[in-house]
Amino acid sequence: MVVVIDRTRKVSGENAAGPVSVADRVRRQSDPGGGLYRRRTPIYPKLVHGRWRRIKWAMMFVTLAVYYITPWIRWDRPGILPDQAVLIDFAGRRFYLFDLQFWPQEVYFVTGLLVLSALALFLVSALFGRLWCGYACPQTIWTDLFIYVERLFEGDRNARMRLDAAPWSFDKLWRKVGKHLVWLVVAFSTGGAWIFYFHDAPTVLPAFWQGHAPATAYIFCALLTFTTYVFAGGMREQVCIYMCPWPRIQGGMLDNHSLQMTYRHDRGEPRGPHKKDATWEGRGDCIDCGQCVIVCPMGIDIRDGSQLACINCGLCADACDEVMVRVGRPTGLVAYDTDSAVTDRVEGRAGVYRLIRPRTLVYAGALAVVGAVMLWGLTHRTFISVHVLRDRNPTFVRLHDGAIRNGYTLKISNRSFTTGSARIVFEGPKGAHIETPAAAETTGPLQAIIEANTDRAVRVFVTVPGDALHGPRLPARFTVTLPGGTETVATSFVSDAEDEE
Amino acid sequence: MSEPDANDPKDVGTTGHEWDGIRELDNPLPRWWLYVFYACIVFAIGYWVAMPAWPTLTGYTKGILHRSDRGQVVSDLQDLNRIRGAEGRMLRNASLQQIEADPRLQAYALAVGQSVFGDNCATCHGTGGTGGKGYANLRDDVWLWGGTLQDIQHTIQVGVRSDNPQARSTIMPGFGKDQILPATQIDDLTEYVVALSGRKADAAAVQRATPIFQANCVVCHGATGLGDQVKGAPNLTDKEWLYGPAREDIRGQIWNGRGGVMPTWQARLDPETIKALAVYVHANAAGK
Repeated sequence: MVVVIDRTRKVSGENAAGPVSVADRVRRQSDPGGGLYRRRTPIYPKLVHGRWRRIKWAMMFVTLAVYYITPWIRWDRPGILPDQAVLIDFAGRRFYLFDLQFWPQEVYFVTGLLVLSALALFLVSALFGRLWCGYACPQTIWTDLFIYVERLFEGDRNARMRLDAAPWSFDKLWRKVGKHLVWLVVAFSTGGAWIFYFHDAPTVLPAFWQGHAPATAYIFCALLTFTTYVFAGGMREQVCIYMCPWPRIQGGMLDNHSLQMTYRHDRGEPRGPHKKDATWEGRGDCIDCGQCVIVCPMGIDIRDGSQLACINCGLCADACDEVMVRVGRPTGLVAYDTDSAVTDRVEGRAGVYRLIRPRTLVYAGALAVVGAVMLWGLTHRTFISVHVLRDRNPTFVRLHDGAIRNGYTLKISNRSFTTGSARIVFEGPKGAHIETPAAAETTGPLQAIIEANTDRAVRVFVTVPGDALHGPRLPARFTVTLPGGTETVATSFVSDAEDEE
Repeated sequence: MSEPDANDPKDVGTTGHEWDGIRELDNPLPRWWLYVFYACIVFAIGYWVAMPAWPTLTGYTKGILHRSDRGQVVSDLQDLNRIRGAEGRMLRNASLQQIEADPRLQAYALAVGQSVFGDNCATCHGTGGTGGKGYANLRDDVWLWGGTLQDIQHTIQVGVRSDNPQARSTIMPGFGKDQILPATQIDDLTEYVVALSGRKADAAAVQRATPIFQANCVVCHGATGLGDQVKGAPNLTDKEWLYGPAREDIRGQIWNGRGGVMPTWQARLDPETIKALAVYVHANAAGK
């Protein structure tokens, strides 16, 4: 059975001790106590019109478009390299991003990007509160989308409440079934689009339907379909309130000067119903109509002040502005404002807004530093890396004429998109001859072809005449040059020669 | 009414069992435990049907999945051949020189070769391939039977003094053991061989041994002691000694005429594996 709650009904007497959330009050009533957990009170957010709602529609459109279109952008890369602009190729262990490509060894760029995102989130939160939660978080976007679908099938708030309270009928059945089917289609397209980021999109799409896409494609499509359907369809605000860590962390970013969705109680209180043509003297502008609560997708009362469940989306401001226009009072009773400004006005001063404060300066500074380091790292990136492993078994080999031979494995990575010939130079004991299998012995540099965007292990043997050695472990180094850069790696040349004084 | 006390016999009763005054309370099992227990029973029945379970007089019930560990091994090996597919086939058709020159094939052959070497060759030649006294060092540039890719491949195929009819085989006589030469002449020959490798030796003994060497050794080792790979005769003038460089080592070898045995691998390893092994050994040895 679904309990329908009218949040707007006034409860007398109990709220003498100060403002109590209508939603809370109703929750308390709907919960008879006992049991292991509290039943979720269904929330029926009413459609609202206004500035913030328009921005939210626009953000939904842009973010969804980015999500669905990105994997279909083609990007011409040479040879057999994939032509998908953004591709996380787990099988090939590469991350392609337009003209950049990253190897697993360069995962610090991804770490840097995450640090950068975190700092940006800190800065935005300190300045403007939880804008991310209200406008850009996938949970918010998809929940909004699912509520939109729900509204198409079941109508707005009041119609939905009536439908839920009504006994089962054909009308109720087709509306409910239709809604869930469309939800499932949306959820499936969400999960389906996800896999395009990990495989060549035009290849995996037909393969998916023909049943021979990789198993991971099906698993992740199913997983994302499931989570989208459950999170955005059924759990909605509970994900933010109970599962997401960010509402807890944000407390550390916010302070009195952070702009947040605020009920300006300096202007609104004392609240109460207002009859047309009655005086506004001696009372606040809040007519206690409850519109701010009715439209809230989180089911909270913004008039209780800043709270964990508030995602700062601004829908209550839109709803309140509409009412204020109707009753002929200035808009902005609920608006983005700071605690400090409200307190100032309560105490009779003009509100002071401080965007520049130590906290925001530190965040902005850290953001700039990390951004600069990332930029430097990206522009100074070399496209070669070399690892030298000296053979340990045997450490050295004595040849028939008493010369000593050391074996090395050079792991040369060519991270550029062009195949190149690596020039391998050995510097060490005098008279060293360097060779690699299937090539002639030489005193000069070796050449080894390294294919574009691959690495290759090159076996290198260095032979030094016995009388040129004056110690058991002599310093040596390899310098490898590819068109993408040069790298020098220190190693040693080992023999059983005695140390010379 | 208050909750029944799970530890009070008056509340929950006992099973009637008593040991030395200790009575067993009759508490119900935890529900979750009971359900897990039932689930296990259901699972067990399913397992009997699906998997090999009951012994019969002549065998056992196979189960509808027909699973067997031996069958699993067979299919795993088939999978392995399938996975190796492309490179394995290329290995079969490419010449040894082609394998060594193609970076991709070479990398594959080296990986296969290293693994096969560890399984089959390391017992005698060592994991590093450096051999030991009586076992050839495969890392240096001294080759009794030739160090080219083809020579190495052939040696692996037929072995040395093995039971393969084409085996590489020469027998050095045990000059002392078989009483071909008297002990004094063997002492002199030892000095002669030491002198051959450029070390200090008793000049008089070398003088005495010269005709003996000419009469007995040059057939295989050559007039100047440079050896002969066709006959598997080692070069006596270099610094490499299969049975050791010391005088007693050399004397022992002339006396006993030892010769190691290497099995023929044709029957145990397929041709692609032997190719890979040849490439691996050649790639890690000093040039020939």
